[in-house]
Amino acid sequence: MTDINILLLMMIAGAIVATEVKDMLSCIVALGLVGLVQSLAFLVLKAPDLAIVQLVVEILSLVILLRATIKRGEIESEHRRDYFPMALGAALCVLILAAAYPVIRELPQFGHPIMRVASEYIEKGLADTGAANLVAAVILDYRAYDTLGEAVVLFTAVSGALAVLRRIGRKRTETMGEKG
Amino acid sequence: MNREPGMTLIVKTITRLTVGLILMYGIYIVLHGHLTPGGGFAGGVIVALLFVHLMLAFGKEVALKKLSTSLAGALESIGGLLFVTIALLGFIGGYFFLHIYGKGQPFALFGAFMVLLANIAISLKVGAGLFLVLVMIVLARSEDGK
Amino acid sequence: MTYLLCLILLAVGLYGVLAKRSIIKIIIGLAIMEYAANMLFVLFGYRINGRSPILAPDQQVLNIVDPVPQALVLTAIVIGLATTALMVALAVRIYEKYGTFDITKIRRLRG
Repeated sequence: MTDINILLLMMIAGAIVATEVKDMLSCIVALGLVGLVQSLAFLVLKAPDLAIVQLVVEILSLVILLRATIKRGEIESEHRRDYFPMALGAALCVLILAAAYPVIRELPQFGHPIMRVASEYIEKGLADTGAANLVAAVILDYRAYDTLGEAVVLFTAVSGALAVLRRIGRKRTETMGEKG
Repeated sequence: MNREPGMTLIVKTITRLTVGLILMYGIYIVLHGHLTPGGGFAGGVIVALLFVHLMLAFGKEVALKKLSTSLAGALESIGGLLFVTIALLGFIGGYFFLHIYGKGQPFALFGAFMVLLANIAISLKVGAGLFLVLVMIVLARSEDGK
Repeated sequence: MTYLLCLILLAVGLYGVLAKRSIIKIIIGLAIMEYAANMLFVLFGYRINGRSPILAPDQQVLNIVDPVPQALVLTAIVIGLATTALMVALAVRIYEKYGTFDITKIRRLRG
């Protein structure tokens, strides 16, 4: 259990570097560090499916962020410090941590989960679906509605990004001018 | 900047050697999704990363010749429609999303047939959609001249 | 103690959203909050000395880690990538129109 604590401390250090440093390239590289250490943490927590998906998703999001900022010549962020938003942010964070402490004491102890639904899925998973990977059996047979919802959200996000970035309509109205 | 698009010669040679291996690895993870860790999501993102790799190493014209934006949009829609069709086929047996052809032998490659088809549909959708988003973000500056 | 460290990660991401001026830093703060939320879910389902939820033909079923939070987090990771891509597309559009990523300078409404 101490190795998970060490990995979480590395993630916190990477996150603090990613939000505070002025140089934009260092911020994005620190975000990549946070994702990579999270993929290692998923391996330690016995979730190999999630480790694969987290690693490749991290690489793709780094490519998207780099392509949008560094190629456009924006290599440093702001120079001034406004004190009111910083104080407000710090106060809200302390408030959330103080409110979360009684909740943490009510949760079951780390390492002994109450598996009421999952014990039934584990016993009957192979016989009901024929899949040896229990996580795939859960997302594609027992809880397939959630996968359908995820497909809808992905489609909407891609359509929204395309609708924001279109140039064809604008170019035609700019060249047609008085005719259109 | 008027130089050759893409990266140096070393990167281009290694990309030519490893592109086929990455495609085979992605398809392997999708097809064995019900036996080993992986599944439709991981394989789909790996196939999207393959085309992103081509675009970064050779420039965007070569990558768009292999998979144009209209073909990527069509593949994403086909993947979504295939997933909904698999769900509606469950109405033959009784209720929505019932898997009627599954439950072959366990631990075999063509065991749970509907789970395999659903993995392929999801991988098409995720791969084509994410490649399309990245291409549009890159193409948004080409008519600006910045 | 482990839950508390994960909530501190969430608080660092929240500070990045509230107190920063550039849009890219706000997007980075939101991405850190998503990582913290997914990590918290998987921590709820861990069992000490458990095994990963993949069955093998020659071993017995004993002491498997909870597979339901892992199934929910699997879709959540891909959805997080899609929303980050949408936010970056919006940021690119704002940069083309106003010439800066600074949120205190984009207050004028231009048609």
